[in-house]
Amino acid sequence: MEIDPFIFRLSIFILSIFIGYYVVWSVTPSLHTPLMSVTNAISSVIIVGAIIAALAGSSESIFNTSSIFGFIAIILAAINIFGGFLVTQRMLQMYKKKKDKKK
Amino acid sequence: MISANLAAIFYLVSGILFILALRGLSSPDTSRQGNYFGIAGMIIAIVVTFLSIGNFSTSLVYVIIFLIIGGAIGAFIAFKIPMTAMPELVAGFHSLVGLAAVFVAIAAFLNPAAFNLGNVGDIKLASLIEMSIGVAVGAITFSGSIIAFLKLRGIMSGAPITFNGQHFLNLVLGIGIFVLIFYLCKTQSTNIFWTVIIISFLVGVLLIIPIGGADMPVVISMLNSYSGWAAAGIGFTLENTALIITGALVGSSGAILSYIMCKAMNRSFVSVILGGFGADNSTDDKKEKKDQKPVKSGNAEDAAFLMKNASSVIIVPGYGMAVAQAQHALREMVDKLKKNDIKVTYAIHPVAGRMPGHMNVLLAEANVPYDEVFELEDINNDFANSDVAFVIGANDVTNPVAKTDPKSPIFGMPVLDVEKCKSVLFVKRSLSPGYAGIDNELFYKDNTLMLFADAKKMTEDIVKNLD
Repeated sequence: MEIDPFIFRLSIFILSIFIGYYVVWSVTPSLHTPLMSVTNAISSVIIVGAIIAALAGSSESIFNTSSIFGFIAIILAAINIFGGFLVTQRMLQMYKKKKDKKK
Repeated sequence: MISANLAAIFYLVSGILFILALRGLSSPDTSRQGNYFGIAGMIIAIVVTFLSIGNFSTSLVYVIIFLIIGGAIGAFIAFKIPMTAMPELVAGFHSLVGLAAVFVAIAAFLNPAAFNLGNVGDIKLASLIEMSIGVAVGAITFSGSIIAFLKLRGIMSGAPITFNGQHFLNLVLGIGIFVLIFYLCKTQSTNIFWTVIIISFLVGVLLIIPIGGADMPVVISMLNSYSGWAAAGIGFTLENTALIITGALVGSSGAILSYIMCKAMNRSFVSVILGGFGADNSTDDKKEKKDQKPVKSGNAEDAAFLMKNASSVIIVPGYGMAVAQAQHALREMVDKLKKNDIKVTYAIHPVAGRMPGHMNVLLAEANVPYDEVFELEDINNDFANSDVAFVIGANDVTNPVAKTDPKSPIFGMPVLDVEKCKSVLFVKRSLSPGYAGIDNELFYKDNTLMLFADAKKMTEDIVKNLD
C-alpha cells in the first residue's frame, strides 16, 4: 500500500516543530523582540500562495474574484516581508558590545 | 518553468534558511547574519514560485507592481517606526499575516483548480479541512491582533473588558466553528465558508478584549504562535514545504515565548487567556494600609548625591521608561556615573514592558552595550552587594510581596530582589499601584527614596545634578 503524501508533509511539519522548539530555546532573551519580528517576516512566505492565486487569472480577465484576493494578499504579505526583515535589521544593528563605544 | 520536484527542493532550501535565521538569534553577534539567511530564504521562495507557475503574462506585471507597493509601505514603516512603538508594530504585522492567510484561503476556495485542489464545489476533503483550519486560525489572528494593536497603541483602553457569560460565549462560538467546518466538508457550501470566517473574526476579538495591558507580552507571543499555525494550515493546503516548515517554526516559537512569559509572571496560560487579572483583587485591607504608611520622597539632587557616593548601581527599567521615552536620558546618566568609576549594570525582568525583550531593544537603541544588560536570574544575587538600585518605570516586578505574602495575587512570581540593595531609588509618577492592583511594599521601606516625577524629566534632572 502506498503512503499518502499527506503523511510526508505531516512528518515534515512535526519534525519542524521539534526543530523550532530547540532553536527557539537557544535564542538569547535579549533578542526576543527581534525574534518576534523575524518570525513575522518569515511567516509571510504565505505570499507564495498569494502569488499562485494572483497568477491564476486567465489572460482575458486578470482580475477575477479569486485573483483579487490573491493580489490583496500579496500587498499584505509584502508589507510584512519588507517591514519585518528591515525592522529586524534595524534592531539588530543597535545591539553593540562595550568595545564599540569607547571611541 | 521548473518541475514540481525541483520547486519542492528549493522550498526545502528556503525552509532551512529560515531555520538558520532563527538559529542566528542565539547571540547578537550572529544575529545579523541570521537575518540575511532569512531574506535569502524569502527571495528563493518567491522566485521559485514565479518559475514554477511559468505564467509570464500581464498578470505577472501586476504581481510585481503589487509586490513593490507592499514592499514600499513595509520599508517605510520599518524605517519610520520609533523603537518604543515596537509592540504595536509587531501586533500590527501579526494581523497582516492573519489576513493574508485568510485571503489566500478564500482565493483557494473560490478557484481550487489553480491550486490543484479539485474543482469548485468538489474540493478534496483533506484540502478543505486544512483550508478551513487555516482560515479560522488566520481570522482569529487577524482580529485578535487588531485588538492587541489598539490596546497597545492606547486607542483602546488597556483595561480588561469582561462581561457575564463571556467564556461561555467563546466556548459556544469555538464549538460552532468546528460544527460549521464539519458541514462545510459535507456540503462545500460557500455560505458556510464565509460564516466560518466571520465567526472566527468575532472569536479573535472576544479572546483579546478581556486581557489587560501588562499581560500583553503573553498575548503578543500567543498571536505570534497563531500566525504560524495559520501559515502551516495554508501550507498543507498548498502542499508547500517552505510554508509548512515556517508555520511550524513560528508556531512553536510563539508558544515557547508565551510559556516563558507566563512563567515569569507565575501565571498559568489559561488564566491569562481567561483574562480580567487585577479586576478582582481590590481587597480593602491593602487599600487601608496605603493611607497610613509614611513614604520618603526625594528630589533629583538627593538621588544624584546617593548615586555619586555609590560604588555600584543597578538600573531596573520597566514599561514606564518606555512610555516616558527615558532610555536616552538614562544612558546619559549612566555615562556620567561611569566617569566617576561607578559600576553600572541593568537588570531586566522577562515581563518588563509590553513584549518579550522590549527593554533590551530600547536600551540597545540608546547605545547601551548588551553585555551590561542582565536577565533576572543572572543578576538577582548582585542586588545584595550593590549600593543603589535605580528603579525606573518598573513596579510589580520588584514587589517583595511576591516572596512573602502567599495571599498576594502575584505570590510566587519571580521578582528582582531590589530591596536587598543598600538604597533604592524609585522613579514613579505617583504612589498608585501597578498593573496587578496591589501596593508595593518597597515604597515604604526605610532605604527607599521615592522620586515622584516623569521618568525622563527626573533622569534629566539627575544628570544635571551629577555635574
